[in-house]
Amino acid sequence: MSTAVTTDPMLPQPYTVQEVVKETPDTFTLSLEPSNTINGDRFQPGQFSMLWAFGVGELPISISGDPGQGDRLLYTVRSVGQATHALVSQKVGESVGVRGPFGTGWPLEQARGRDVIVVAGGIGLAPLRPVIYQVLHNRKMYRRLVILYGARSPRDLLYRKELAAWAHQPDTQRLVTVDYGGLSWRGHVGVVTTLFKYARLQPARSVAMVCGPEIMMRFVTRELEAQGLSRGNIYASMERNMKCAVGFCGHCQYGPHFICRDGPVFPYEQIRPLLEKYEL
Amino acid sequence: METLERIIAEHRFFAGLESYYTDLLVGCASNVRFEAGAYIFKEGGEANEFYLIRSGRVALEISAPQRKPIIVETLSEGDILGWSWLLPPYHWKFHAHAVEGTRALALNGQCLRTKCEQNHDLGYELLKRFAQIIDRRLEATRFQLLDVYAAR
Repeated sequence: MSTAVTTDPMLPQPYTVQEVVKETPDTFTLSLEPSNTINGDRFQPGQFSMLWAFGVGELPISISGDPGQGDRLLYTVRSVGQATHALVSQKVGESVGVRGPFGTGWPLEQARGRDVIVVAGGIGLAPLRPVIYQVLHNRKMYRRLVILYGARSPRDLLYRKELAAWAHQPDTQRLVTVDYGGLSWRGHVGVVTTLFKYARLQPARSVAMVCGPEIMMRFVTRELEAQGLSRGNIYASMERNMKCAVGFCGHCQYGPHFICRDGPVFPYEQIRPLLEKYEL
Repeated sequence: METLERIIAEHRFFAGLESYYTDLLVGCASNVRFEAGAYIFKEGGEANEFYLIRSGRVALEISAPQRKPIIVETLSEGDILGWSWLLPPYHWKFHAHAVEGTRALALNGQCLRTKCEQNHDLGYELLKRFAQIIDRRLEATRFQLLDVYAAR
């Protein structure tokens, strides 16, 4: 599932910031294009890049854009530290270093001819958005698309316009919930697993893709199994402190795996014993 | 036209319940409707029924002094609203208000408690079903308490 990197994987390529879109009070989507013409890297939904805010630091960020959108790469970044703050503070025309794309993608080949269940929590919707684009652009290749998305509060919901539009796509069920809702919120309130009772699932013909905080994925994968999905049809995207992104440095070791090289997308069967291990 | 028997028999909460018990429940059931914004019950009020929501959306709210009320959970079509009718002192623990126009089947708690005392098999069937709901909501509440999307 991984894509070979055509240039030196340790050498950041210069990309130019084309646009910065504020998604929520602390989360922004950067649109980047290669400054030189040597790149043109295609990515698989689920892969990540290492983004370098020059002079500050480098971070692994999932690609959140449309895989069919040519050279333009989108990254949704939550500003929670120095390097992420530097990235989201970039101005149009400024330069960011990009290495990658790296890692494994979502199992879109395996999902052909099946229902695709996307379960996202918080910023976990970002690496799954390319899956949604892929399914919607190739509607005949897949059966139903079920999108279950949970966020902390209404103001933390990502991609609001698209969320609204996805609800009206053919053969698509889109359910959104927030953990805490004010009185002005008219939508669903409850954790993301509470959406399953409203989802019209056909477990025997479905592939599920899950991304969010690790605890959330534990609850969700348990629920998917309870709904009747086999472990072999559940995939999850993991996150650790990635540094080299090519399996050399060991910073992102997760049991016997390096998340940068063997993941970030893993078959649930492979990581299930690790998900419930303390301090891993 | 849908009969109360059919609504109860087809509801997922009563899946697999023998028709003999469904017949007992019908005697305690009635159709109700709430306008958007209406309070279905308020914290501290007597809990004399539970509801099978047929359509609409209901918010469970909790309020604290000097804070705006917050919605802790919403319930929609197919959900069960209320289990305080089961346990003394039979008082509601939350406010429930209809976020949208809501149709439901109300089951009278006093009527049900009497039937359950007379027929422990019915009581056991109901308790098993409510225990599942309580278990799922407890798990969801624990998950919610983790506040997993907060910045760390």
